[in-house]
Amino acid sequence: MAEIAYWEAIRRAHDEELANDPLVIAMGEDIGVAGGTYKATLGLYDKYGAERIIDTPISENSYTGIGIGASMAGMRPIIEIMSINFALLALDTLVNAAAKIRYMSGGRVGCPIVMRTPGGTAHQLAAQHSARLARMFMSTSGLRVVTPRGPLDACGMLKSAVRCNDPVIMIEHERMYNMREEVPDEEFFRPLEGAEVVRQGEDITLIGYNWSVHLCLEAAKRLEKDGVSAEVIDLRVLKPLDRETIRRSIEKTHRVLIAEEDEAPVGVGAEIMATAIEDCFYALDAQPVRIHAADVPVPYNAHLEKAAIPDVEDVYEGALKVMGKI
Amino acid sequence: MKDADRKRLLREMMFFRRFEDRSFEAYMERKIGGFLHLYSGQEAVATGVLEKARAGYDYVITGYRDHVHAIKSGAPAREVMAELYGRETGSSRGRGGSMHIFDPTVNFMGGYALVGQPFPLAAGLALACKHKKTDQIAICFLGDGANNQGTFHETMNMASVWNLPVLFVCENNLYAIGTHIDRSTAVRDQYKRVCGYNMAASQHDGMDIDVVMEASEKAIDHVRSGKGPYFIEFMTYRFRGHSMSDAKGYRTKEEEAEWAQRDPIVIFGERLKQQGVLSDADIKQMEQEIDDEIENDVIKFAEESPEPRVEDLDKYVLDDNPDPRWIGPLHQ
Repeated sequence: MAEIAYWEAIRRAHDEELANDPLVIAMGEDIGVAGGTYKATLGLYDKYGAERIIDTPISENSYTGIGIGASMAGMRPIIEIMSINFALLALDTLVNAAAKIRYMSGGRVGCPIVMRTPGGTAHQLAAQHSARLARMFMSTSGLRVVTPRGPLDACGMLKSAVRCNDPVIMIEHERMYNMREEVPDEEFFRPLEGAEVVRQGEDITLIGYNWSVHLCLEAAKRLEKDGVSAEVIDLRVLKPLDRETIRRSIEKTHRVLIAEEDEAPVGVGAEIMATAIEDCFYALDAQPVRIHAADVPVPYNAHLEKAAIPDVEDVYEGALKVMGKI
Repeated sequence: MKDADRKRLLREMMFFRRFEDRSFEAYMERKIGGFLHLYSGQEAVATGVLEKARAGYDYVITGYRDHVHAIKSGAPAREVMAELYGRETGSSRGRGGSMHIFDPTVNFMGGYALVGQPFPLAAGLALACKHKKTDQIAICFLGDGANNQGTFHETMNMASVWNLPVLFVCENNLYAIGTHIDRSTAVRDQYKRVCGYNMAASQHDGMDIDVVMEASEKAIDHVRSGKGPYFIEFMTYRFRGHSMSDAKGYRTKEEEAEWAQRDPIVIFGERLKQQGVLSDADIKQMEQEIDDEIENDVIKFAEESPEPRVEDLDKYVLDDNPDPRWIGPLHQ
């Protein structure tokens, strides 16, 4: 086992998959000669060459479409979108093409692409570089959506995503690239389905994904001092959603909070709340609470940005509210 | 080209015209639903270009006016008709319909309803051919209206800078649904638009299959020999409306009559008669054979085929037999 950073985990997954299969290629802006905005492909241009580590022009919709077309002919492209905001430009080829081609061809043509992109707020990047948008992909039939919380899942899920026959959207986070975690030295894979209980508890279930898992884990530590035993679930995968793990936990704790960094209307939290009510209405002892961003474009000003985005304090207080302690 | 092949080509175009006319009839009988975009008038383009390509080997992709491109690529006509009928035996198992014919067994990679979307998909197919070092090419058929999408410019640029083996065939029928090209587009000659991307391009008569074949052969040779992408434009005209709901109020009767004089089937048929390849009686006999084939094979197959089962509603959304090593679930 060795401790590596999130960006190194993604780089390692690229390296191993490029070495494993000559049909794997990577495409994106500045990923080759420049080594990638977040170093996810650092050094791979020199190792695999310009034909496999493809620097694209700033044409998100069409280079994503080119990756999709190549995948229809057997290639395994890993497509990097520099910021999830720019993925909006690629929505036509992602949502209208990649997500639907298998279905509308009657299962005869698949699109095994991986699209990787960082979402989330970082440090004062303002409204056009801070979107989350997970909910949009989560509501699109024909896609798989994964949200690794750390280096282990980032490496293992990316490798699985490359080998899987479906289009996979992997949502990373700008603030997580230097986060460190121990990973096995030998090759490993992490599955593309299934939520994970990352902390056992008895009194309340805190549900997060990607960055908000860490808010939940921190809040759980503080709750312990208040005598509250919190269980934490990392959804890991937004599509397909693992309703069974959510149900089992709520039936144990009887209380639930869902934390997301995205805005609330029609968000991931709304879907998890609906799931809790549909699947375990009679197991709930308290009204569920969701923690989310303010319904505003993300502001530049640091104080305003902090106010717009949920933090550990928000999750902690939300949990106390569910527990009836405030 | 041998006389027998020229005769076959005429028969193919006649078959395509009859296929589309018969689809129109089935649509009026409400046996076909949704949107239906017919290719009548433009037959010489797909027939001529694909005659010079390697059907079933090269990749072909197009927009929603896709029946003829699929059949000429090698998709069985009866399966294409069964798809229009929404049957389980259809090219796309009844899930796609008229606008989404797929047959990967002959590398026909689909019809798409988003105008301009096939540009990058075609370049991606070509990128795969280049990467695998095969001598396949990708051929993308789209109308003039598609050239006003961003994907046109983005893809022309990347296809050129990456020297991809892709042939872009622009079927310029002068109308983007109901808007004339002069009212929507700064340049009428579409082939001139790719010079900004340093791409080889040319423009030709799309109503004369001999012209189409001669020009396509050169363009395909260019692409297949590794000289990079090529943009070929054919001036053509659709005889019917954009789709079934189109009253064609945006075109004059005079303009339609003028283009009807240039019917590609009539032009080629007259030439073959003049050259003594066939007679009026031969054409009559071919018409009869085509009618019989369409009724007794194509339509019969579609009408007798089963509907998809409701139990299979969520089949084909994702890979139905995923490998648990990559998918999971995660066991706790």
